[in-house]
Amino acid sequence: MTETVIQTSNLFTPTILIPLLPLLGFIINGLFGKKLGHASGWIATTMLLASFACSLFLFFHLPAGGSETVVLSNWFYFKDIFIPFAFLIDPLTITMLLVVTGIGSLIHLYSIGYMHDDEGFSRFFTYLNLFVFFMLILVMGNNYLMMFIGWEGVGLCSYLLIGFWFKNQAYNDAAKKAFIMNRIGDLGFLVGMFMMLFHFKTLNYDQVAIGALNLGIGNITIVGITLALFIGAMGKSAQLPLYTWLPDAMAGPTPVSALIHAATMVTAGIYMIARSNILYSLAPHTLDVILIVGTATTIFAAIIGLLQNDIKKVLAYSTVSQLGLMFAALGMGAFESGMFHVVTHAFFKALLFLGAGSVIHALSGEQDMRRMGGLGKYIKITFATFLIGTVAISGIPPFAGFFSKDEILATAFEHNKIIWGLLSFSSMLTAFYMFRLLYLTFSTSFRGTDEVKHHIHESPMVMTLPLMILAVCSIVVGFIGLPPVLSHTHSFKNYLSSVFAQSKTIMPAGHEMSHSMEWILIGTAVGLALLSIAFAHNKYVMQKQTPVEDEQLSGLSKVVANKFYVDEIYNAVFVKPIMLLSDLFLVIIDKLIIDLLVHAVAFITSQVGRLLRLFQSGHLGFYMFAMVISMIILLAVQIFVVI
Amino acid sequence: MGISQIIFYMLAAFTLLSALFVVFSKNPIYSVLWLILCFFSIAGHFVMLNAQFLAVVHIIVYSGAIMVLFLFTVMLLNLNSETEPHKPTLLKFAAVLSGGALFLIIIAAVRSTMPAPYVAPQLSEVGYVKNIGMKLYRDYTLPFEVASILFLSAMIGSVVLAKKERFN
Amino acid sequence: MENSIQSVPQNWYLLLSTFMFCIGVMGVLLRRNAIIILMCIELMLNAVNLLLVSYSSYAGNAEGQVFVFFIMVVAAAEVAVGLALLVSIYRNVASTDIDILNRMKW
Repeated sequence: MTETVIQTSNLFTPTILIPLLPLLGFIINGLFGKKLGHASGWIATTMLLASFACSLFLFFHLPAGGSETVVLSNWFYFKDIFIPFAFLIDPLTITMLLVVTGIGSLIHLYSIGYMHDDEGFSRFFTYLNLFVFFMLILVMGNNYLMMFIGWEGVGLCSYLLIGFWFKNQAYNDAAKKAFIMNRIGDLGFLVGMFMMLFHFKTLNYDQVAIGALNLGIGNITIVGITLALFIGAMGKSAQLPLYTWLPDAMAGPTPVSALIHAATMVTAGIYMIARSNILYSLAPHTLDVILIVGTATTIFAAIIGLLQNDIKKVLAYSTVSQLGLMFAALGMGAFESGMFHVVTHAFFKALLFLGAGSVIHALSGEQDMRRMGGLGKYIKITFATFLIGTVAISGIPPFAGFFSKDEILATAFEHNKIIWGLLSFSSMLTAFYMFRLLYLTFSTSFRGTDEVKHHIHESPMVMTLPLMILAVCSIVVGFIGLPPVLSHTHSFKNYLSSVFAQSKTIMPAGHEMSHSMEWILIGTAVGLALLSIAFAHNKYVMQKQTPVEDEQLSGLSKVVANKFYVDEIYNAVFVKPIMLLSDLFLVIIDKLIIDLLVHAVAFITSQVGRLLRLFQSGHLGFYMFAMVISMIILLAVQIFVVI
Repeated sequence: MGISQIIFYMLAAFTLLSALFVVFSKNPIYSVLWLILCFFSIAGHFVMLNAQFLAVVHIIVYSGAIMVLFLFTVMLLNLNSETEPHKPTLLKFAAVLSGGALFLIIIAAVRSTMPAPYVAPQLSEVGYVKNIGMKLYRDYTLPFEVASILFLSAMIGSVVLAKKERFN
Repeated sequence: MENSIQSVPQNWYLLLSTFMFCIGVMGVLLRRNAIIILMCIELMLNAVNLLLVSYSSYAGNAEGQVFVFFIMVVAAAEVAVGLALLVSIYRNVASTDIDILNRMKW
């Protein structure tokens, strides 16, 4: 890894412009948003597009396999710890930059249409720009503290945007839930940072890696650090057991769900682990934990997704499931495959969410799929793009999701056959519930009220254009990572190779899989997907079944539809006891002990003051005597009493 | 015993005596006059210490300005031995006792730091007008100028304070 | 004047100014007339001045004398303001007795 500190390099200006432009947009919209009206949306979008242009500039001008550190200032010294305020530009950062600013710009553009009639229009774009700023800090920092700033900042913006319609108490609760769940994870991240500071005296990525390499593979310190960091990732990226906030986070406006809770913020955990790849490859035990958690999450969320009826909830559980898949990839040491899935997933999941937003927009706010149906006839562009997204996530070639999923599945097959089976099962479920969603929404006939039906309309151009761009991307983006049977060069892997080169030398590389084996795996995956699609088609198109109302559910399906009662269990196990305990403390510790102490102190002070007041007679002669005698006593003490 | 020592003893005795008279005179006018004499003797000490500049300034400032101010005030307020208030005898004893105790305790406190009977090898010339002037105008220019602002504010303050209020 | 410093030990100056200082303190405690008290404060200031000048001369360091100069400045300002205050107090209560001035309390 060659690192050059060039302040005057031609990359300096675009690098600092990338986070500064959204910050500028945030400031402009935050200060003058009310006056700007609908112009604020265009300002925000322009800022992000400019940022995207800068990212593209970096992409084309960074020498292959190189990396550059742009130091803005020496942030602080504390004894032997030194932390700079610096940006690290390398292929991994640029990948994330392109995803964040590119998809971010499209979602901003879409929001101009989606939020058009909302009274908080400029506030929305203010938050959105602030979010992008923090997200960029997160991916650009060259040390864990910078990452942590972004990490906390995106958490804050997520909170603000989930509770965007703050007049609804349920939405506020969802926002608080997201924030608190994230804080549990953040504590893990903090502990990880403290451990790094304690052991390595630094938070810079490269120096931490050097320190970790000196400790060697399987060292307990590294296992501790990586586990602590992984807890942070669990919170941010909604993994078991901290995933429950993400489905509730759908309370926010749909573009927010697309940008924050599908494409960018929730992948921060994966980025963080990919960024710390050397640490993680030195801790095989942690990787095993990640693999197990990821696999469990992907299956668990997929099963819940089967029986959800809220269009956004389905997508939310699908996101949790896909994130689990990415973590599983990381857990197998396939960092590039995980990142590859991050990229492809960002495109098709943003597309799906925006499509869902368009559907909701068309139906005047209806989100329940039981009140939809037959929409394919009315909103054709949305239908076409949504279909592409669904096919992409289901893993049908040649759409984007196929390539990234296939890569993870192939790795899993080499790694462990059971994991491979579970992951394949999960992708089969994914194909099923996504097509269930598609059929229920767009096929057969409309099941809602006539009044809603009367209003159905295609979204304006400003909303459909991003959909179309994302649809095209969802088709082509997979070709940057073709499997070995189709191509000798995996351009995405090559691009990122310099970042992961060192961890590749630590971990034993798997042997090359035979081509026939690979064809069999691809065939199996596609076959399973097609099978479940056919099943969904049979059930929801041929037989025209619709999900029953909540009250009629029974047995296992009731448990699944109620998300395995995880929220209720958390309530009973954590929330209620804490409430009880705090009530107890309120009565005993606070009211009885602390209040008593405080009152006692106040009482004694005032009484002593009352007593001392008598000495203040107002007689100057007395004061002077007191002064002189005090002087005498002080000097006497100094002379005769040896202290 | 050299001539300078004799002069020192005489001056010291005079200083202390006049200081005591300042404290113990019944009439405030006499106190003021004794204080003027006391200040003259201190100026004499300054001359003995080769600090001519300060001796002159001392006479001008203290005997010339400050004591005249005191004298004016005493006369203005028409203070004399008849109007002079007195403390109870017990308090007077206590005051004298406290003063004596303070003297003893200060002597005890500085005894450890007292240098051995020390005589300077040669006459110091730092007190000459030229040297003091160099010091004042080179190293202490800013405090020197600030002092003038202090005087100005004191002047304005005392004029404002002593002026008869028109409102009442 | 040639041998003036040589023959007087430094300690004498210390004793002299300490004694003078204590006379000043005694006066402050003894008298009730505010003007006399101000004069006693001047006495104390002069005791300190004397000590500073003697040490400055013995050590051959002009800083002490410069300091005395500034003490004089402050003393002059203080006396001017103090006497003005006394005049205005006298105007109100027709006395300079400090025992009457006991209204500044709680």
